[in-house]
Amino acid sequence: MFAQDLNTVLPEVALAVYAMAALMAGVFGLVNSRVVLWTTAAVLATFGAWIGVSPGGETTAFADSFVNDGFARFAKVVLLWGAAAMLLISDEYLERNSLLNYEYPVLVALSVVGMMVMVSAHDLMVLYLGLELQSLALYVIAAYRRDSVRSTEAGLKYFVLGALSSGMLLYGASLTYGTAGTTNLAGIGAIVSAGDISVGLLFGLVFLCAGLAFKVSAAPFHMWTPDVYEGAPTPVTGFFATAPKMAAAGLFARVLFDGFAGAVADWQQILAFLSLASMLLGSVAAIGQSNIKRLMAYSSIGHMGYALMGLAAGTEAGVGAMLLYMAIYVTMNVGVFAFILNMTRDGTGVTDIAALGLYSRVDPARALCLAVLMFSLAGLPPLVGFWAKFVVFQAAVDAGLVWLAVIGVVASVIGAFYYLRIVYLMYFGEPVDALDGTMPPLHWAALGVSAAAMVLGVVNLFGVDAMAAAAAATLVN
Amino acid sequence: MDNLLSLVTFLPLIGAVVLMLFLRGEDEAARLNAKRLALFTTLATFLLSLAVISGFDPNDAGFQFVEESEWIGGLTYKLGVDGISVLFVMLTTFLMPITIGACWSVEHRVKEYMIAFLVLETLMIGVFVALDLILFYFFFEAGLIPMFLIIGIWGGKERIYAAFKFFLYTLLGSLLMLVAMLAMYVDAGTTDIVRLLNHDFSSQALDLFGFQIIGGLQTLLWIAFFASFAVKMPMWPVHTWLPDAHVQAPTAGSVILAAILLKMGGYGFLRFSLPMFPVASDLMANFVFALSVIAIIYTSLVAMMQEDMKKLIAYSSVAHMGFVTMGIFAANRQGVDGAIFQMISHGFISGALFLAVGVIYDRMHTREIDAYGGLVIRMPAFALIFMLFTMANVGLPGTSGFVGEFLTLAGAFQANTWVAFFATTGVILSAAYALWLYRRVAFGDLIKESLRSIRDMDRRERLLFAPLVAMTLLLGIYPSLALDQIGPSVAALLNNYELALAEAQTQLAEN
Repeated sequence: MFAQDLNTVLPEVALAVYAMAALMAGVFGLVNSRVVLWTTAAVLATFGAWIGVSPGGETTAFADSFVNDGFARFAKVVLLWGAAAMLLISDEYLERNSLLNYEYPVLVALSVVGMMVMVSAHDLMVLYLGLELQSLALYVIAAYRRDSVRSTEAGLKYFVLGALSSGMLLYGASLTYGTAGTTNLAGIGAIVSAGDISVGLLFGLVFLCAGLAFKVSAAPFHMWTPDVYEGAPTPVTGFFATAPKMAAAGLFARVLFDGFAGAVADWQQILAFLSLASMLLGSVAAIGQSNIKRLMAYSSIGHMGYALMGLAAGTEAGVGAMLLYMAIYVTMNVGVFAFILNMTRDGTGVTDIAALGLYSRVDPARALCLAVLMFSLAGLPPLVGFWAKFVVFQAAVDAGLVWLAVIGVVASVIGAFYYLRIVYLMYFGEPVDALDGTMPPLHWAALGVSAAAMVLGVVNLFGVDAMAAAAAATLVN
Repeated sequence: MDNLLSLVTFLPLIGAVVLMLFLRGEDEAARLNAKRLALFTTLATFLLSLAVISGFDPNDAGFQFVEESEWIGGLTYKLGVDGISVLFVMLTTFLMPITIGACWSVEHRVKEYMIAFLVLETLMIGVFVALDLILFYFFFEAGLIPMFLIIGIWGGKERIYAAFKFFLYTLLGSLLMLVAMLAMYVDAGTTDIVRLLNHDFSSQALDLFGFQIIGGLQTLLWIAFFASFAVKMPMWPVHTWLPDAHVQAPTAGSVILAAILLKMGGYGFLRFSLPMFPVASDLMANFVFALSVIAIIYTSLVAMMQEDMKKLIAYSSVAHMGFVTMGIFAANRQGVDGAIFQMISHGFISGALFLAVGVIYDRMHTREIDAYGGLVIRMPAFALIFMLFTMANVGLPGTSGFVGEFLTLAGAFQANTWVAFFATTGVILSAAYALWLYRRVAFGDLIKESLRSIRDMDRRERLLFAPLVAMTLLLGIYPSLALDQIGPSVAALLNNYELALAEAQTQLAEN
């Protein structure tokens, strides 16, 4: 029995062991930091592949408090590969800013362990453990650039607000436990499905949603996002925009569909509102931003709004749409951040978007790649970003949320403006002092592959849509 | 060949990819090669499309050359043409080589320019051949990207404002259409246009936020599609992006915009609004008539007062598209036939007019009407051609412009006499602004110092106009050439339309 439990959590355990080993190796100076970083990226990627090819089926561990199903595996693959890619392209920036220490990859690996636990959590306790493991590691890397006021400010802000949200989440969990008498999601689900949803459970649900909304940075719980994105070192920002988002969205879906599937009507309003507010805020507030990291922060708020629209649909198709959306979103962000990491002038980083003026003259190929990604983020066909929005809208309309889809449409038009502005700057803006034309081959590859995937994906989305649908089917049944 | 349409659609894209990957350098030779390759690709596409029209059986009202295969998430990749769409495909492939020829004098980022046009051609053809709802949307919407870049990079002084306005206006319209498409998918369970054409969308009145909506689902869907097509068309009062976009776009961009992109709106009305939502179309016909008549009269008056030649022609395009919407929603044989004919003919005429403006703009670098005068003395050939197309724009019998306007007016007359009455004044107004423009540009004394050394058209320019002149006259004298292709499909469309209306009537009577 115990052996089987261990077997189910093997990837998490193995990754945690690796992280500690890497920490030891770093502390005793056995390997240099760059090696740790590369190995960690390789390990994360390998784990992603391992989980991806591991056999299907659903196994639970530790008295049903941890579940390994298709949904968890899909989310894990996305977040592991997202994290690996972001690590791979961060070394150069870290070195440039003398931040290349072995702690960074170790912290990333630990937060990834937390994320993997999050998407597999089948119990409120495990959920909280995973969430805190992830969050603590993230607080530290947000403040990773100790000497920078902004970075420490970002870390502190994130920590204080994160603690608040954890508190809300815990409060919700305790209310839920107090009313339902169990912390097991399936147990809660059984009580909710029996039609016995009391005020206590409803309050618990609302507080859980509020706490989780903070983690996915959905409006109106988004306040920390722009500041943290701006203040944190760029590779950290890129990391924040990818793996943790996938994990939090997966956790959100897990709680709602495993725990509260019987009360769709109750949480649908909450989710629809979060989605609406995030989409509108993400698109409107980004217009005034001139710092590309802040812009990407608002962009991520908006995108989470679309992903949450899939959840708001409350259907299997909706969850599939959310998973597909997140997979595409993570892919796009890897490319965009590979570019942002290399926005330098005379060796120092630049984050002002005005610096992109007529960038297409400096480097036409890279400008083209970024333009493709921007059009894709805006959700324009023929690029894959359009399909992401399409499946979400489809799910929402199917579930009768036509009004939400209409607002999503309006928000995406408004949002198109600021993505277009970047294209506009690169192709027909005012010429400025050119950015350095350097870009390590690996970054180039990340940018190129991401952009190429957005174009070539129109043929069949590389089959990811079918995988997302299959993964969603294991969660919703 | 089983996949002729795919080949026609994607051949320009292949050309673009070749250009992107294999053409290096920025020197004179590379620029010339880019132009040559683009010209060659568009010509090859045109030749290939001739196989479509020659293999097309005009007596078959259904879709022909149909291809179908699986696509993402339950959608299908389905292409096909019927009498309504085949001529638009031909119009596109016919005009593209001329468009490429028109940018021969461009020296700035030629390679990218050619790529943008080739990609645009693929997307435009795709719009007309797509037989899957989402595939249609996909092509329809994607066309915005290359056009945005064409206006933004190679346009005039105010190009950035114009590019953004063009983009956001059309995007908002078409995204509403996307939501309607999703609702259609949910309702009918398919995105196949052929099957949707036979699907009855509910026309039962329904309540929405306390409002009683007559025509129910059909009306809502109709409005969402209308939002998109009316902007694209463009209809008054959402036409304001067009003059800006036209004025700022480079010559070739204007030609494509006026000749083909505007036709997507009209095509959309014919493919979706009329056959899929007949009850709503019937309900909304008077509304469309009102907008069309306002467009015809108001924009003609606005056109008269313009000082910029391109702006004048742009407003005249809006007026002419007013005839098209009027004809479509008259929903009778003359009206719809006339609307399609008017769109084809306007493609040649407005394309030619923008080319003509391009010819003198290249020489004088101004589009101000006041900067010209007496051109007939130095440029007799240009004056002749400009005259021909001015007359065709007015709708002089013997040119294709006449046939389209006359048929749409005849159709509107049967549907609503007053509409025809007011729309006819538009013909008079168009004569006024067009002839006045011509007088100010071509006639009078050649007093402007700068015009004394202006050269007449060279061989390339004459060659560009030749096919347009031929088509305008040919269709004017022998309209059956086009009408025979259109006929059976339109007859079938209207037949279904009448049946659906009659059925809705009986249903209404029963309740």
